[in-house]
Amino acid sequence: MIRKITLSSLTALGLAVAGPVWAAGGEAHVEDFSFSFEGPFGTYDQMQLQRGLQVYTEVCSACHGLQYVPFRSLGYDGGPHLPEDQVRAYAEFFEVFDADLDDFRAAIPTDYYPTSSLENAPDLSMMAKARAGFHGPIGLGINQFFKGMGGPEYIASLLAGYTGEEKEEFGTVFYENTAFPGGWIAMAPPLFGDDVEYEDGSSTEIEDVSQDVAAFLMWTAEPQLNARKEVGFIAVVFLIVLSVLLYLTNKRLWAPIKKGSKATAGE
Amino acid sequence: MAGIPHDHYEPTTGAEKWLHRRLPIVALLYDTLMIPTPKNLNWMWIWGIVLTFCLALQIITGVVLAMHYTPEVSMAFASIEHIMRDVNGGHMLRYLHMNGGSLFFFAVYAHIFRGLYYGSYKEPREVTWIIGVLIFVLMMGTAFMGYVLPWGQMSFWGATVITGLFGAIPFIGDAIQTWLLGGPAVDNATLNRFFSLHYLLPFMIAALVVVHIWAFHTTGNSNPTGVEVRRSSKEVAEKDTLPFWPFYVIKDVFALVVILAVFFAVVGFMPNYLGHPDNYIEANPLVTPAHIVPEWYFLPFYAILRAFTGEVWVVQIASFLTAGIIDAKFFGVLAMFGSIGVLALVPWLDISKVRSGRYRPMFKWWFALLVLDFVFLMWLGAQPAEGIYATMSLIGTGYWFGYFLIILPLLGVYEKPLPQPETIEADFEAHKPKANGTAGAADAAPAE
Repeated sequence: MIRKITLSSLTALGLAVAGPVWAAGGEAHVEDFSFSFEGPFGTYDQMQLQRGLQVYTEVCSACHGLQYVPFRSLGYDGGPHLPEDQVRAYAEFFEVFDADLDDFRAAIPTDYYPTSSLENAPDLSMMAKARAGFHGPIGLGINQFFKGMGGPEYIASLLAGYTGEEKEEFGTVFYENTAFPGGWIAMAPPLFGDDVEYEDGSSTEIEDVSQDVAAFLMWTAEPQLNARKEVGFIAVVFLIVLSVLLYLTNKRLWAPIKKGSKATAGE
Repeated sequence: MAGIPHDHYEPTTGAEKWLHRRLPIVALLYDTLMIPTPKNLNWMWIWGIVLTFCLALQIITGVVLAMHYTPEVSMAFASIEHIMRDVNGGHMLRYLHMNGGSLFFFAVYAHIFRGLYYGSYKEPREVTWIIGVLIFVLMMGTAFMGYVLPWGQMSFWGATVITGLFGAIPFIGDAIQTWLLGGPAVDNATLNRFFSLHYLLPFMIAALVVVHIWAFHTTGNSNPTGVEVRRSSKEVAEKDTLPFWPFYVIKDVFALVVILAVFFAVVGFMPNYLGHPDNYIEANPLVTPAHIVPEWYFLPFYAILRAFTGEVWVVQIASFLTAGIIDAKFFGVLAMFGSIGVLALVPWLDISKVRSGRYRPMFKWWFALLVLDFVFLMWLGAQPAEGIYATMSLIGTGYWFGYFLIILPLLGVYEKPLPQPETIEADFEAHKPKANGTAGAADAAPAE
């Protein structure tokens, strides 16, 4: 509870104000975590998304919102994939404003998550894609290509990157963070380790919880990732097969024109 | 059709004759598809098909996206998210459209540099070339306005910076900028007109593409030797050419499919790699991003735009001579548009009689340097415009203009070209793979 009060009273300057992570150059340290959804064949780990959903609900949602995420999508394949009754029960915990009633009411699955409750707590729906930029080294973006580093790494590094140092400037408390560009962030440390209790008994070390919620936020930003990679894979395989056939057709077609070429023999 | 002599369509059946007397459309299609094409074209002649495909892809995906998109500042960003999450296949449509723009520009740059190396712009193909430059300019306008539509941070601030360029025009700049934006700043009126124009311009591009093809079907294709097809009779012409169908259709489609395999890998596995993360933050006029960076394909021109500051002596001289009318900002704008403008002038700047760079020993090296310069400027466009980067941008910009305005005319005078083959046929025979399996010169096998 103390945590929630701290958060709601002190978040004066959110992430949104601080700009993209690469703005600070080399000082910020982002750990290259390994997520299940990296690489061409990586997909979301459903159990991790459910754990991340729990962390988001119990910790992040105190201040932040997910305005582009409808509750119904929690039940979709390729996401946390909760059963329908659980989605309905979960949604009821949230209050949304209903323009027809001109009042607040309990949310139903077709509603969207509420917006941030604090002006300076940015909406987190798209955060994992809005912080995807690792343009190094020397501005070539190679890290992102080879290591698959992006927004989820940044989020997990940030959540686990508090050093415990604080300073006060113009009435605002800033916390030292090794992943945040500039090194000082206005968001108080949201996680300390053992912040949640997982039903499946997974580790609740701060690094693990950070990665779980980072994975969940990647899903909120890119809910169709699994479907997209499937389409991509089918398309690439189809096009490679087609290109082999076209290569052979082309070779056969040109063989008489390039007579004297060995391509004419035996094909 | 004028140009290389070849067989024409003759209607045979009664129905064909009936239609042909009224609308010779089958003849038009036949003559277009069966156009005699130099038989020595190499793999750099495939980009035209890739570009045609890109235009079709962008129009088809774009029309469907427009069915779900809302051009209104408070709803635009959310409507894109609606497409990404809830429209069936919407995420693929949008990623295809987004990355389709990148493929379009990658292909157009390959196509332009192909033309620059093989002298495709030279007499009698100047009109084809100039229409091509016009298409390129329209493409840039379309891509720029399309990038504004998602109404992310980079959309908004990119629009602010680029429309601000028009504000740099002396005396009438502010009025023009207000007229373009539909108000004092980038807002709903801007978004609406950009949406309208983003939908319109591709069809103007399509019309110009038809003219582009018409023009080079009249002159005949250029080819890697730069030697013209002999056209004294149909029989002679056939020694230098092959009909477009099936030889080049199959070859081009093969190349297209290989490129599409890479394209779909990008779309499927890393669709946001070429984009900027800030565009997933909704536009906020009160928060300026730390670095405003355009899409990768605009970076070389962006670097040229930013290269000129008040400290550069060229700018100071221009400012002095015009009594301050041309300031650093306006100079940068002129340089950026000039860097595209020199492309339109290249048929007259390059006075060498030899078309193909293959027979121009000095030109080759200057050209290679120009390609490197383009990549160098692209990298610089993404760096902050300060310190060493500012100096490097000036050097890169200097070479870009130097190549077109000084080096090309001088090469035409001082360079001693190598002997060219007599005919395309002679070149083709010389480059045939030998029966014993050793190929001729590696760069000229038309279909390996």
